[in-house]
Amino acid sequence: MEHIRTPKVEQVKLLDRFNNKTTTGTLYLTATHLIFVESNVPGAHEIWILHHHIASVEKLSLTTSGCPLLIQCRNFRVVHFVVPRERDCHDVYSSLLRLLRPVSYDELYAFSYNPKQNEQQREVGWQLIDLTAEFERLGLPCDQWQLSDVNRDYKVCETYPRDLYVPITASKPIIVGSSKFRSKGRFPVLTYFYQEKKAAVCRCSQPLSGFSARCLEDEHMLQAISKANHNSRFVYVMDTRPKLNALANRAAGKGYENEDNYSNIRFQFVGIENIHVMRASLQKLLEVVGTRSLSVNDYLLGLESSGWLRHIKAIVDAAIFLTKAVTVEGASVLVHCSDGWDRTAQVCALGALLMDPYYRTLKGFMVLIEKEWISFGHKFADRCDQLDGDPREVSPVFTQFLDCVWQLMEQFPQAFEFSEWFLIQLHEHVHSCQFGNFLGNSQRQREELQLKDRTYSLWAHLLSEQHNYLNPVYSPSFAERHPVLEPSTQPWNFKFWRNMYHQFDRTMHPRQSILKHTLTLKESNSKLEDTAHTLQAKLQTLGVSTSPLELHSWSREHRLPPRPQSLILGAPLSRKEAQQEEEVLGEEALEDAPDGNGGERTVEGSSATENGYGELQSSFSSKNEPAMVSLEFGVARMTC
Amino acid sequence: MTMEFSEHIKTANVDDVVLKLPLRPALKGTLCVTAHHLVFSERKEEGSYQLLLLLRSVDAIEKSVENLLGYPQYPSAGPGQRMTGLSGSSGTIVIKCKDLRILQFDIPGMEECLNVASSIEALSSLESVTELYPFFHRPRELSLSEPWGLSSPQQQYAQTERLWDRWRLSKVNRNFSVCMSYPRTVIVPCAIDDITLAKAASFRQGGRFPVLCYYHRSNGMVIMRSSQPMTGANRKRCREDELLLQAAIDESEMGYIIDTRSAQQAQQARMAGGGFESKAFYHHWRRLHRHLERGKVLQESLIKLVEACGDPSQNMDRWLSKLENSKWLSHVHSALSTAGLVAECVERDGHSVLVHGFEGTDTTLLVTSLAQLILDPASRTFRGFLQLLEREWVQAGHPFRQRCAHSAHSHARLRQECPAFLLLLDATWQLGRQFPLALEFSEVLLLRLAQDAYASDYGTFLCSSEQERCALQVKENTHCLFQFLLRREEREKYVNPLYEATDLAIWPSVHPQSLQLWTGGQNMPKPWTRLEKRSGLL
Repeated sequence: MEHIRTPKVEQVKLLDRFNNKTTTGTLYLTATHLIFVESNVPGAHEIWILHHHIASVEKLSLTTSGCPLLIQCRNFRVVHFVVPRERDCHDVYSSLLRLLRPVSYDELYAFSYNPKQNEQQREVGWQLIDLTAEFERLGLPCDQWQLSDVNRDYKVCETYPRDLYVPITASKPIIVGSSKFRSKGRFPVLTYFYQEKKAAVCRCSQPLSGFSARCLEDEHMLQAISKANHNSRFVYVMDTRPKLNALANRAAGKGYENEDNYSNIRFQFVGIENIHVMRASLQKLLEVVGTRSLSVNDYLLGLESSGWLRHIKAIVDAAIFLTKAVTVEGASVLVHCSDGWDRTAQVCALGALLMDPYYRTLKGFMVLIEKEWISFGHKFADRCDQLDGDPREVSPVFTQFLDCVWQLMEQFPQAFEFSEWFLIQLHEHVHSCQFGNFLGNSQRQREELQLKDRTYSLWAHLLSEQHNYLNPVYSPSFAERHPVLEPSTQPWNFKFWRNMYHQFDRTMHPRQSILKHTLTLKESNSKLEDTAHTLQAKLQTLGVSTSPLELHSWSREHRLPPRPQSLILGAPLSRKEAQQEEEVLGEEALEDAPDGNGGERTVEGSSATENGYGELQSSFSSKNEPAMVSLEFGVARMTC
Repeated sequence: MTMEFSEHIKTANVDDVVLKLPLRPALKGTLCVTAHHLVFSERKEEGSYQLLLLLRSVDAIEKSVENLLGYPQYPSAGPGQRMTGLSGSSGTIVIKCKDLRILQFDIPGMEECLNVASSIEALSSLESVTELYPFFHRPRELSLSEPWGLSSPQQQYAQTERLWDRWRLSKVNRNFSVCMSYPRTVIVPCAIDDITLAKAASFRQGGRFPVLCYYHRSNGMVIMRSSQPMTGANRKRCREDELLLQAAIDESEMGYIIDTRSAQQAQQARMAGGGFESKAFYHHWRRLHRHLERGKVLQESLIKLVEACGDPSQNMDRWLSKLENSKWLSHVHSALSTAGLVAECVERDGHSVLVHGFEGTDTTLLVTSLAQLILDPASRTFRGFLQLLEREWVQAGHPFRQRCAHSAHSHARLRQECPAFLLLLDATWQLGRQFPLALEFSEVLLLRLAQDAYASDYGTFLCSSEQERCALQVKENTHCLFQFLLRREEREKYVNPLYEATDLAIWPSVHPQSLQLWTGGQNMPKPWTRLEKRSGLL
């Protein structure tokens, strides 16, 4: 709290970034959140911004109406405040600067967040997702693959998990030798097993081959992987980098597998760009879509020049290649990039999602993320900028993965048990540092931080409100008919994910949400069922015998939890983590506020004024809008 | 079959034809050419596939023949295979349909192939309207005595009681003598008599004087439409036209004229005898210009879009730049935002609006009908939407015959083709995407209408005006598509299961990020493409 100089500023204006709408309200600064509450409106609109979500704060030059403060968030929210007094603005600004750059893990929200659970509940929460059970589900260990204890103490590879599955013929010296020949010691290990064809998906980092170096143990290792699969005489080695990048790495003593040295491999580049290109691409994308009065042509050209959809397609293409090799050819595949924790995670995870319907369920998807991303050491702390660190390490690799999953959901609306809202929540929490799951860069580091004892698990939280994340049109029988998804890679199937990147821009969204509608129907259905039960019970007490109604026995515990208010669901903008912060504001302040926009009766927040079809305010001098400070903004940047 | 048709058919039946459809396995069967259809039946005992293609829906046909003796195209075919015509020769015809389907037929025998191709070419471009299939389509379940059409200005007037004190029905156009492209009756201000109307009509291009097309119940404001005034280079004026517009609003009120041309285009139009309403003579009207593309530009945009979709390279950047280059989404954007502006004038600012461009038969109708969808809950129902299309497009004289003569594949020189109606359906689809509960009909109806506007079993979209329809006795000799769609068993195919009526206006978001390319479902590259055989005959 010592960083907060001014906890409350009144008469602050909030400017909408796409139209001339302004809202006046009060700004509160707490230890964890920046809160804006609209004043003098029943059912006032509130904005809660977690400090960890803030990517950058900018103080723009002073204007006649006050001092503008531009805040850009990692969840793609951009807010533009105008604070009447320069001093207040400066206080908020400097407090935020300090608060948004935590220097040690202890400062992260997860260590102070308390969802009012006891120790036992916390422990149970951490046990919900169990990777040992997952490998069992895949039929492992089996006659060809075994669990190795070589990394039990993180000695061989400190960024890998303790439990690793390797071919039974890979002895300890082979593993150790191979790991010495691989960048960061990340030797080839199994990550997914396609039981039908006994084909394995393995992952590793690049070999330290330089221009000519060889490693017999590494060659043995690949041979062992190949031999473990009787369906195919060779292993595909997918280098997910563009060939040029891989070539350049050779000069640094790294590189890629030489097909001449590895007798049984088929080598393939797939050309996904590196973290720096991806960072720049998203930045460019956000700049484009953050432009005010963007024309359709500039939008499409900007979309093209950002390259974002091209990158998304490259990842999907790679995952399709992987899937075909495994499911059609029955070959095992070894996937790597440079260090094997970014592109490799993307491709392996997406490939598994295409191959195995289990991962398309809510829980299965958590398992997938736990496995491919968390346990195999995707550097969440660095990539998501959790602590004040090297900005060149920040990159939207995980965001891209979620984007790819969304593209698949668009193509196969019935295939996923969860909705896009679930993906957006995941993205939110990868950056929120509210739960322990994504903190740190590796399992080892997480153990050192004692996260399981000191923080709560996101999975438990998400599972407890899973009703909110279910896809109403999910069909398990679709999964039976299509165990392996075969997405089309025609370019028009790759779309800009508006609900993610414009999550908080209300004017962008469809004004009615099918998702919300279905949830409402379900809620009212369960209420009606409750009423039926009550009435039935009453009849019984009155001694009237009835034929029991055929109802699902929904007890009180089964009642749906309150729905989160979100734009994706079509509800008005509002707080998210408010439940934990009752001390600041009353609970029931903002149940649905249908008439929230100035008494104008329109559908779900759709409004003529916000769309700017024309400049009618200048006409007939009747309805002049208040004079506006014209500021060149709307350029959203992620400082990453 | 009359003589004229059979003249065109030299080979009526060909066996062992292979049909190739995108994303489907090839089928083998018999191809048959009839006066109005191409029929393909797969030769299989059970569950055989049949395709019935209306010849009118053929937009372009490409043929190639090979005479490669000794290289039979299908060596794997059964031993009983009979080679017809020149042995060893074969041909391929690719049919590109107006609804953007692409079918390929491999035909054994060069001569047969050429015969079939020339029959298709001739029969798909019959000139006379009365030779077209709707005049021959006689399904058992329909009778010609059933009512034709759903709505008329009379009905609209009769149903809107609140119109009665200020608006009247006029039969000034009963012989189509005042305006060739208007229906016989129109709704006009009470204060204006038929003589004044006729004079005002002579001041408007094509005689399309301002008429009422929508009455906004909540505030009594109206939307009217017309063509451009013929002010010419000398700034001619017409008292009657001024009176007519003045009578549409109160003394104290103001109205908006939404001109669908740019200010510059409107200026230039004066050189060709056209023009715009000058502020000096129309005191109570304020003109706003919103440039919408029309005619050839729109047609070329569609052609480019379809080309972009057909690009075999799966390159993302190339796709985006081709999509941008087609400008199709820009046109969707302009249509929606101009309609939004009209609706905003009416609902939010409480002013009446007159919409026109040049002829008042294309972009004008696009804007007035979209504005009604935004404002009027009645037009969002299944029947209401069809009524809207009937009033604003069919009866209001959208020249379907010229505009929908060809679609995106045709190699024919462009004449008056323009996908304005398709643009309306696309913009309606966008509304449906943004308000998935607000429309009673689904995307399937829009696809069906798109298909039928270009080629149909029904007479609804034939001809370009009511006058033409009367002269050719379309209503007496064809069935009405709208009536057919409203039959219970048909209707079920097209309703939106999520529909929940709302009285409110549905303001679409017009941010580029909110618009989407309409691909017509099923991962098909094109709007309105369906592979299934048409419902109907077989």
